[in-house]
Amino acid sequence: MAYVAVKGGERAIDNAHAWLAEERRGDPSVPEVCVAQIGAQLGRAVDRVMAEGSLYDPELAAVAVKQSQGDLIEAAFLLRAYRTTLPRFGYSTPLDTAAMRVRRRVSAVYKDLPGGQVLGPTYDYTHRLLDFALAADGTPPPPAPRAEAEAATMPRVSDILRGEDLIEGDGPRETDREPTDLTREPLGFPASRDARLQALARGDEGFLLAMGYSTQRGWGGSHPFVGEVRLGEVAVEIVPPELGFAIDIGDVTLTECQMINQFKGSKTKPPQFTRGYGLVFGHAERKAMGMALVDRAMRHDEFGEEATAPAQNVEFILYHSDNIEGTGFVEHLKLPHYVDFQSELETIRRMRREAEVALHE
Amino acid sequence: MPEAPSHPTGGTAARQRWMAVLARAGAARLTALLAHAPALPACTVLRGPESGLVMLRGRAGGGGAPFNLGEMSVTRCTVRNADGMVGHAYVQGRDTAQARLAAELDAALQDPARHDALHAAVIARLAAEQQAACDAAAAKAAATRVQFFTMATMRTS
Repeated sequence: MAYVAVKGGERAIDNAHAWLAEERRGDPSVPEVCVAQIGAQLGRAVDRVMAEGSLYDPELAAVAVKQSQGDLIEAAFLLRAYRTTLPRFGYSTPLDTAAMRVRRRVSAVYKDLPGGQVLGPTYDYTHRLLDFALAADGTPPPPAPRAEAEAATMPRVSDILRGEDLIEGDGPRETDREPTDLTREPLGFPASRDARLQALARGDEGFLLAMGYSTQRGWGGSHPFVGEVRLGEVAVEIVPPELGFAIDIGDVTLTECQMINQFKGSKTKPPQFTRGYGLVFGHAERKAMGMALVDRAMRHDEFGEEATAPAQNVEFILYHSDNIEGTGFVEHLKLPHYVDFQSELETIRRMRREAEVALHE
Repeated sequence: MPEAPSHPTGGTAARQRWMAVLARAGAARLTALLAHAPALPACTVLRGPESGLVMLRGRAGGGGAPFNLGEMSVTRCTVRNADGMVGHAYVQGRDTAQARLAAELDAALQDPARHDALHAAVIARLAAEQQAACDAAAAKAAATRVQFFTMATMRTS
């Protein structure tokens, strides 16, 4: 694609950015929002920016939300750009979501599961009525009620069902190769499940929601149940070579979804429930569920299913799930294409002349 | 948690615990606690403090093959103190002051002569604060646990 070096816009650009800064600040008689407020009070926006920016840093994500005036794709773009300035220290040991300090865990398939149904801080069961008390200067809400916590950890639902062999397992824990890292190598096809999961984990929430929704409406349906959604904090462990042992370097908030789908069997294996998996930075249930639905849809080849629907089309999903790439390519159309368009104009004028001549012959 | 380690500073397991505690303590809190602790020996910085990225991995299905989930910002620092002890820190985020203090504390805590006083003044207190925060979240979660009850059907014989 041809671009033209255009000169002469510098002053206009500077002035446009100065106006943008003024607009961002808004009415100076209204107090400026601070990054800590965004982090504390717009947490779901911060979470989405971390997930789609593929960088866990709540403070930086809050800065990005402020800088982008709440345009969350722009904010994720800012995080992606920032990460390229930092060196890579290494890889964590795989996060252990079974050891999560759970704040929320619900299952739609088992009422009485070990650890119970823990609703946590949820919008579920709210009436979706606007709360005008929030529009006024509110008094702080009363502290959340507390109850005595059980010390037991919460087994993942998939592990509970495993007991009867009714559901497919997680597969081998170790493979003979390093997992694909899309920040280091380009997407290739056929894409392994690890590459797909990485792409989905940083994919656009709206895209995954729509694609997951399409599977429910019959476009590659697989009869899903939410085996479990859990939200909470998981410790991050690395093994620095200079120490030679694992150290715990902090916590991340994660949302995990275990989707349970209808059965598949074969001549050698009795029917089992199949599964889709979602794991996302922050509190992001909608995205984790969309990811799990799409992950399952893309596994059609493992189960000998015919791939007919968009959500089953691995290339289509992986090439279009990343909103940073999407916004880059769509929004670049705003940049000068003067020469391209000039040549198109010449072409269409010639075509019209020829058509006119043909008409009169 | 009292224990009787054979190693004067508790060995690797104890060091892992204090490093985990320091990774969760901001520079401001560390500075405040150090103000009431025995002074740390002078230190030379061997590396950093420098911020970078660690790629976090998950497992397919929760327990299957690893995949790359996304990156996290991490700051690291390595120091050698006047006693010759080398301390390392890797902490989540970009707080370079925290990484520096954590590395200095890691070095000093490995010294049996300094360990107990520093542990009591800094690590034990931070660990208690962090545990209290975890307990508070767990207690709020417990209060949202659904208590199912079965509706008794009214049948009169």
